[in-house]
Amino acid sequence: MAIPFAYNLRSVTHRPVSTATTALGIGLTVAIYIGALALAAGFKASLVTTGSPDNAIVLRKGADSEISSGVSLDQSNILKADPAVAVGPDGRPRASAEMVIVVNKPRLGQKGSSNIMLRGVDPAAADLRGGVTMVAGRMFTPGTDEVIVAKRIAGRFANCNVGDKLRFEQRDFTVVGQFTAGGSAFESEIWGDAAVLMPALHREGYFQTFVFRMKNPEQFAAIKKRIEADPRLSLEVKKERDFYAAQSELFSTLITAIGTFITIIMAIGAVFGAANTMYASIGARTREIATLLVLGFGPGAVLVSFVVESVIIAVIGGLVGCVLSLPMNGITSSTTNFQSFSEMAFQFRITPAIMLQALVFSALLGLVGGFFPALKASRQSLSSSLRG
Amino acid sequence: MFKLVIVNLFRNPLRTFLTMASVMVALFLFCTLGGVLDTLQESIKVGSESRLVVRNKISLVQWIPMAYRQRIEAVPGVKRCAVQNWFGASDPADARGFFAQFGVDDPYFAIYSPDIEIVQSSPAQAAGGVPEGADPKLAAYYLERTACVVGEKLLLKKGWKLGQTITLAGTIFPGNWPFTIRAVYRAKKKSFGEEVMFFHYKYLSEKGMSGQEAVGTFVLELSDPSQASTVLNAIDSQFENAAPATLTETEQAFQAGFVSMYGNIPFVLRVIGLAIVFSILLIAANTMMTSIRERTGEFGVLKTLGFTDGQVFGMVVLEAAVITLGGGLIGALGAKFAVDGNAIFGGFLPPMSVYWNTVFTGIAIALVIGAVSGLIPAMQASRLRIVDALRRVD
Repeated sequence: MAIPFAYNLRSVTHRPVSTATTALGIGLTVAIYIGALALAAGFKASLVTTGSPDNAIVLRKGADSEISSGVSLDQSNILKADPAVAVGPDGRPRASAEMVIVVNKPRLGQKGSSNIMLRGVDPAAADLRGGVTMVAGRMFTPGTDEVIVAKRIAGRFANCNVGDKLRFEQRDFTVVGQFTAGGSAFESEIWGDAAVLMPALHREGYFQTFVFRMKNPEQFAAIKKRIEADPRLSLEVKKERDFYAAQSELFSTLITAIGTFITIIMAIGAVFGAANTMYASIGARTREIATLLVLGFGPGAVLVSFVVESVIIAVIGGLVGCVLSLPMNGITSSTTNFQSFSEMAFQFRITPAIMLQALVFSALLGLVGGFFPALKASRQSLSSSLRG
Repeated sequence: MFKLVIVNLFRNPLRTFLTMASVMVALFLFCTLGGVLDTLQESIKVGSESRLVVRNKISLVQWIPMAYRQRIEAVPGVKRCAVQNWFGASDPADARGFFAQFGVDDPYFAIYSPDIEIVQSSPAQAAGGVPEGADPKLAAYYLERTACVVGEKLLLKKGWKLGQTITLAGTIFPGNWPFTIRAVYRAKKKSFGEEVMFFHYKYLSEKGMSGQEAVGTFVLELSDPSQASTVLNAIDSQFENAAPATLTETEQAFQAGFVSMYGNIPFVLRVIGLAIVFSILLIAANTMMTSIRERTGEFGVLKTLGFTDGQVFGMVVLEAAVITLGGGLIGALGAKFAVDGNAIFGGFLPPMSVYWNTVFTGIAIALVIGAVSGLIPAMQASRLRIVDALRRVD
């Protein structure tokens, strides 16, 4: 027969201070666990949501990032005329040959400088990408020295407000607007007209990538095969989504690895803490436990009961951890994505799935930490405990 | 009295061990995280103040023409000038095992001779000149177009051997690139990474740029290091209105630029470190309190025997300090010896370093944790009146 659950609940509330400290210890571990997961999730999210499923991106064969890619003017013209490229209502191809370049700019309010992605785009790009919304100012006018800056990085670098001048090489460009792009990686970029930016940055003649809307996205495999086999091109075609998702891999693997390492070590500490508390609590209740055994509860029931008690404490800790970590949600942070060698702004993102994972994790901590003390409790000899 | 503390420590060996172990684990983690910050700090020191790095003003990713070299060399105060070009290829046999490769030209090893030494090298097949100032053991490397020099740690990690030919897949420079390992270097300065590969820039420009000579960075050795800022300004003003313009920095400032790219990550690590310390403080304090509460009767007996309040107080604090200090010492020193010197960041950062400073901070934290966690129970124990202590029944 199982020992009533209420017994454990009362035991937990009977020792409020020690329960609270143990729970808080576990809570902090869980909070850090959530933090690491939220960081990786946020970083991933901004890259995974980048690009549209109907778009394809063309890069030079072997290039693993936009900056290491190259598409010549001739190649881009061939691609523009390709039958797979959708045509807009104005009769122009829905495609954007883009110049992607990394520019080094001083940080705002922090020492040092960092790299920002500068993207020279076709005027069709905003429509092609979708989700690009101006939150201040206006879109740049094609053919002029105007650029727009993503809202997320505008606060992190100097001279990014509407009306400011940004200098690239020998030319000043005017910031005319700030944009958002649905949380995607484009929110870490500066955009301008490729036709103006390329000569200014001595990049005439070749682009980095070519992005187009597919007329029939279902035929992607066939389109890919045909373009890649074209002897004039020597290019590689990828789905835009897949390409950007792959860009996050290196960093999110690193963050997850570091987060896991930190969490495992902290978990060991927390398990020791939980075990300690349970040992103390069981030690103090030797007689009580003996009484339970005398009353006819089997050693198995005692074992389960104490493990349950430990799990209760741990889950309380897990809940505390979730609450502690909540303020992290939405904090914008930034670091360099070494895949693209430029600054990526991203937000900590705590999803219900992460919270659930964290609660399971905390229960696990309680289970492991409580098992041996519970085993000890279930195995104690009746005669000596009752005498003690 | 000291004996009493020791006896008490072994009263419940499991509890003592668990508490000690959790402090140990926490301090290990604290020092490891501190080590990451130290490594970032250390990477700033890689660069010497007396070497300069010239790059494209727009950003490191942009190239500068080889033709700039002669004009840079002509600037008074420049002793040697070498090309250093990021290659960024991946190893098809081990795609995840990223490491840095640079195409460098002849004066490079002369400039860096104070930082590295050649520990293994193939014998030269023909008599050939080694550039002035470079290690004569590099003769075989200088004779072969596809030769490369690799760091000792990289060699061990990949299981390569001297004389072996390896093939890398280019990303920026497409194609398959065979290289033959002709020399192995060891870093004389810890900050110089040992997981890097160097090869002939000429091979890179001939095969990868179809003869067009674009350069990532120039590294300069100065005849008088104290003139660094003069030389630096002289170079940049020379190219101010050229396309592209250059940006010249000391090597130290150049490295600091990489560190600043990490953004707020160092801050995040600091916060995590503090959270860990705090959670361990809770655990230790909790244990000490339970352990003291259990012994209330005992303290009554001790006091009856004539132990003063101060002595009882000291005893409890000492017990707590021994537990946390023991765990702290093992954890902090463990981090120093286990983590120090490992290159977990591939080529981007020098090997991990954990400063003694960090270790001592860790140990000091352990001591403070001990004192704080022992303080409240110690106060309770010392203030205890004998009558209350002996009367209390659990």
